[in-house]
Amino acid sequence: MKIHEYQAKHILHQFGIPIPRGHSCFSVDEAVAAAKKLGGSTWVVKAQIHAGGRGKGGGVKIARSLDEVKQFAGKILGMTLVTPQTGSQGQVVRRLLIEQGLDIRKEFYIGLVVDRGRRRVCLMASAEGGMDIEQVAADHPEKIHKVYIAPGTGLTATEAEDITSRIGFSGAAVAETAALLQNLYRAYDSTDASLVEINPLILTGENRIVALDAKVNFDDNALFRHPDIADLRDLDEEDAAEIEASRYGLSYISLDGNIGCLVNGAGLAMATMDIIKFCGGNPANFLDVGGGATTEKVTEAFKLMLRNPRLQAILINIFGGIMKCDVIAEGVVTAAREVRLNVPLVVRLEGTNADIGKKILTESGLAIISAANMADAAEKAVTAAASAASAAMPATGS
Amino acid sequence: MSILIDRNTRIMTQGITGKTGQFHTRMCRDYAYGKECFVAGVNPKKGGEDFDGIPIFGTVEEAKQATGATVSVIYVPPPFAAAAIDEAVDAELNLVICITEGIPVRDMIRTCHRMEGRKTRLVGPNCPGIITPDEIKIGIMPGYIHRKGRVGVVSRSGTLTYEAVAQLMEQGLGQSTCIGIGGDPVNGLRHLDVMKLFNEDDETEAVLMVGEIGGTDEEDCARWVKENMRKPVVGYIAGLTAPPGRRMGHAGAVISGGRGTAQEKLAVLEECGIKVARNPAEMGKVLKSALG
Repeated sequence: MKIHEYQAKHILHQFGIPIPRGHSCFSVDEAVAAAKKLGGSTWVVKAQIHAGGRGKGGGVKIARSLDEVKQFAGKILGMTLVTPQTGSQGQVVRRLLIEQGLDIRKEFYIGLVVDRGRRRVCLMASAEGGMDIEQVAADHPEKIHKVYIAPGTGLTATEAEDITSRIGFSGAAVAETAALLQNLYRAYDSTDASLVEINPLILTGENRIVALDAKVNFDDNALFRHPDIADLRDLDEEDAAEIEASRYGLSYISLDGNIGCLVNGAGLAMATMDIIKFCGGNPANFLDVGGGATTEKVTEAFKLMLRNPRLQAILINIFGGIMKCDVIAEGVVTAAREVRLNVPLVVRLEGTNADIGKKILTESGLAIISAANMADAAEKAVTAAASAASAAMPATGS
Repeated sequence: MSILIDRNTRIMTQGITGKTGQFHTRMCRDYAYGKECFVAGVNPKKGGEDFDGIPIFGTVEEAKQATGATVSVIYVPPPFAAAAIDEAVDAELNLVICITEGIPVRDMIRTCHRMEGRKTRLVGPNCPGIITPDEIKIGIMPGYIHRKGRVGVVSRSGTLTYEAVAQLMEQGLGQSTCIGIGGDPVNGLRHLDVMKLFNEDDETEAVLMVGEIGGTDEEDCARWVKENMRKPVVGYIAGLTAPPGRRMGHAGAVISGGRGTAQEKLAVLEECGIKVARNPAEMGKVLKSALG
């Protein structure tokens, strides 16, 4: 789960991480009031959306007067911010963070993430702060320093001081920054985070160390332990179809193609998308109905896929193991009637009770295209989508 | 031989009294030699009772002492599953197969750390389990689709493994052992560990490795195969069309920081001499052709 920058900073602050003074706001008036309360002569007006790269899209502005705060807040609030991470459709800005302006002397990068190979949390630090860290990792991997943290022990003072020195801190700042890193790991560990990133961590003109930006993601599987964090979920930032899907225990991801996929199991669902592409088509979504696909679940899955205006065919690929194909077939028939399915439907059933399932589909009288195997299913779905697309083309089209 | 499990394996079920545990214990016991193999259940509150004639013990240690079971399968709900693995490790079982999906990563990091230097092997979590066809099945896969044979299968997913097995059967190829290592980012045995076991197994003639996006397990395994494997290996990677940064169902199936893409994995597999099925419908065919 993702949260906003201001929420991330609030959490990190509770673990002793210094952050700029600031206030979150939902309106221009609130923004101006926040700036007045902060005092000083420079403020930063920051768009709060979950995607990164906000500065590049014009979502972060430095204001040198209250008038400018008002002007920038008015401009950013409500704008559709397009960043390298939002995709071309962008994301509407509904919240702002107004912060005191700080004098930046030097920028660093700090990140915490799971290293799967080593089965440990990895602390990454670099003197190349403020930059696109993936680019630094690709071009100059030697500029990123790492510590793999032993669970239980946590990040030791020695490890923390060592990495702090390696990114260029010296003197009294070493101990201070090392303590900050230890606190940061404590924050990561005790909140069940899956990512903590401070980019940049800055050294100010007055030699203070401050987290100027912050990004924290959490492990969805651990949210049951953190109801306070689960409450921070902002549904405005998520895809409506994906939220609806999660309500029914469906795992759904919108894609930009025209062939809807309904599959049981994540691996098979990915393979189904792949084979559609392989046959020259384009998947409209990833959809894993999971282990227990009831009629209700299949109905909701259909509804979700049909919301997509680009949808031109649906491919159902089920390998029945514990889940029986006849149950799925019943669900498909009921659901197809209920939603008045208006696109070609290709169904491939394999595994437990596949024959009974196929019989149910045939006898339903619905225009279902039956497929013998995965390759056959994909080819039929791609053909069906292509003919639906050409039928929908205006007469003047070539 | 097969790997890890055969008809002589004795198993306890942790979480035998839950709905999932009950259902799958019955299915496993009804498969081939299952009746002799599934000898104990564990539930801290129901020691002394039984499930369909299978005695239930309060702890893993008691179950091991009383029945001689050396393997455990876990269906315990996610908040308590890592502790269940810990208990099996402390009782020095040989093998723990954790089916549970949705265990927090932090718990798995701690549990894997505790396991360092211990004798217990872990398969999973979030996996379908292991089957040595016509002998024993430990997990949730449909037993009847398999037949005994000479192809080893190792995979990160469930239904995609069944698809792979069905394709092998279409080619007339049975399996020595099929292992689902699970779709979580932090897990027990990896492709490489299982590949080493298949390499040493006389009954396995070739291996089908079914991978997916995320992490570097498949690449690590491929590099080892290049230097050490004495048998043909065929690979498939799911997720060529997956967008970066999105978790594709499995907690571990995510392309992050530009790493773990299917293209990258396929390239490494091919460099290492592994025959690759780019089309998921051709896993069986390519394996057959690799056998020559």
